[in-house]
Amino acid sequence: MRTFGTRDMQYPSERGGSVSAVEPSPLEALPILEVCNVRKAYGGLTAVNNCSFQVQPGTITGLVGPNGAGKTTLLNLISGFQRVDRGEIILDGHQTSHLGPYGVFHHGLVRTFQIPRPIPNMTVLENLVLAGTGQKGERIWNAWFRPGIVGKQENEIIDQALWVLEYVDLIQLRDQYASVLSGGQRKLLEFARTLMEKPKVVLLDEPGAGVNRILMRRLIERIEEQREQNGITFLIVEHDMDLVARLCGTVIVMSQGASIFTGSFDAMCRDQVVLDAYLGSQYR
Amino acid sequence: MTETGARLLDAREIVSGYGEVHILKGVSMYVDAAEIVTIIGPNGAGKSTLMKAMFGLLPVHQGTLVLDGTDVTGMSTERLVRHGVGYVPQTNNVFSTLTVRENLEMGGYTRLDGLNDRIAWVLDLFPDLASRLGERAGRLSGGQRKLVAIARALMLEPKLLMLDEPSASLSPQMSEVVFEKICEINQLGMAALLVEQDARHALAISHRGYVLAAGENRFEGPADMLLNSDDMRRLYLGG
Repeated sequence: MRTFGTRDMQYPSERGGSVSAVEPSPLEALPILEVCNVRKAYGGLTAVNNCSFQVQPGTITGLVGPNGAGKTTLLNLISGFQRVDRGEIILDGHQTSHLGPYGVFHHGLVRTFQIPRPIPNMTVLENLVLAGTGQKGERIWNAWFRPGIVGKQENEIIDQALWVLEYVDLIQLRDQYASVLSGGQRKLLEFARTLMEKPKVVLLDEPGAGVNRILMRRLIERIEEQREQNGITFLIVEHDMDLVARLCGTVIVMSQGASIFTGSFDAMCRDQVVLDAYLGSQYR
Repeated sequence: MTETGARLLDAREIVSGYGEVHILKGVSMYVDAAEIVTIIGPNGAGKSTLMKAMFGLLPVHQGTLVLDGTDVTGMSTERLVRHGVGYVPQTNNVFSTLTVRENLEMGGYTRLDGLNDRIAWVLDLFPDLASRLGERAGRLSGGQRKLVAIARALMLEPKLLMLDEPSASLSPQMSEVVFEKICEINQLGMAALLVEQDARHALAISHRGYVLAAGENRFEGPADMLLNSDDMRRLYLGG
């Protein structure tokens, strides 16, 4: 039986070492993500229309807006799943508008999806192990002639996966097939996948949808911990205003493909345009 | 809130799950005519599994399901739909390559007549869909797809509408709209069974509620009692 350390907030390779908490200084820092006049249309439908904003490193930013505002399309553009028609996306100083998902990932960005799609016939642990990158065993030469090295790396990835499962409270489901997970558990598995690497930026597409309130509080704690301990920048699309209020220092509101507001959660709740377009009467 | 009527759905000691994994370990619940009932509980409690089992999407290994006086245990989904049960899944809930109108037509596939009248009726209820009838459902946002799925489920005028996480992925404004619509539908005499993580909102419009945990009944009672219970707030409603 493999053993691994008790839960803490650092990656396994950093346990026991000194990890300096990142002190974000949003005002002085260069943005880690810039979206500049981005446009994306499908035939006659303009999903993203001259959208611009910046995200500072080590921050948690909420991206909210009415259904159909173009939030998920924008995440697809930032993460390389779709190409922009016009405009630029700059990630950590690199122009990434022309890159596919693999290229964007190598600049340190990972994402989750609104509808998680784990591989159903693999266990929860196997789904996570699959997320480990640069696996030497993927090369036939290594698999045949360097089994020791391959096995050692596999063990490290399994250790990492077990730590992540413990961290997101899915460890008791490690040997269950992903097909039996509930909607909320699939969301957690998605989040867990982002922790298998050391990303600079994580895009979360509705991490709270379908997640129980108690579990949601834990998810909020975990996201905040990852920002503090590892300096990860989060851009979160979410409709749950409890999650947005607790986590997001800055909130960007999109409507009809464009950014219509950037500011604090409190300021957003006082903005008449946002109230009319998005929040509705319960926030008046 | 509408007056409720006779017993519509009665589920007793339901055991169900995926393959050999039993998620539900003997869950019982009922829904009366014109009643709104909400099921809440932690993730993995078996809430969605219960709905799928009651809609014929998962086998019922043990227990009985009685709908409007008829034993429907093990009945196929198609026959349950004809018996007046509608279901809106949490995800994958539209035919993404079909237009919104075609999705509605698919929802009314077994109607012998009045298809266009019924489409007009659901568009009155969801006017936002009227301008999107020709759009492919796969192009819609997650929230808009949810509205299409609810509208489609209403095409056959079900006696009982089961909604799995109706407010998930919806904006606060749209979420409010959906809960209002559920109340409107209920006032027309339709019963609704909700699985919902926004438990406060869902219980606020419900007559009764059930709490499931680890595939078993944990609490049940009038919705206002569950909402005001300290234990419920601490354990399931998030303080």
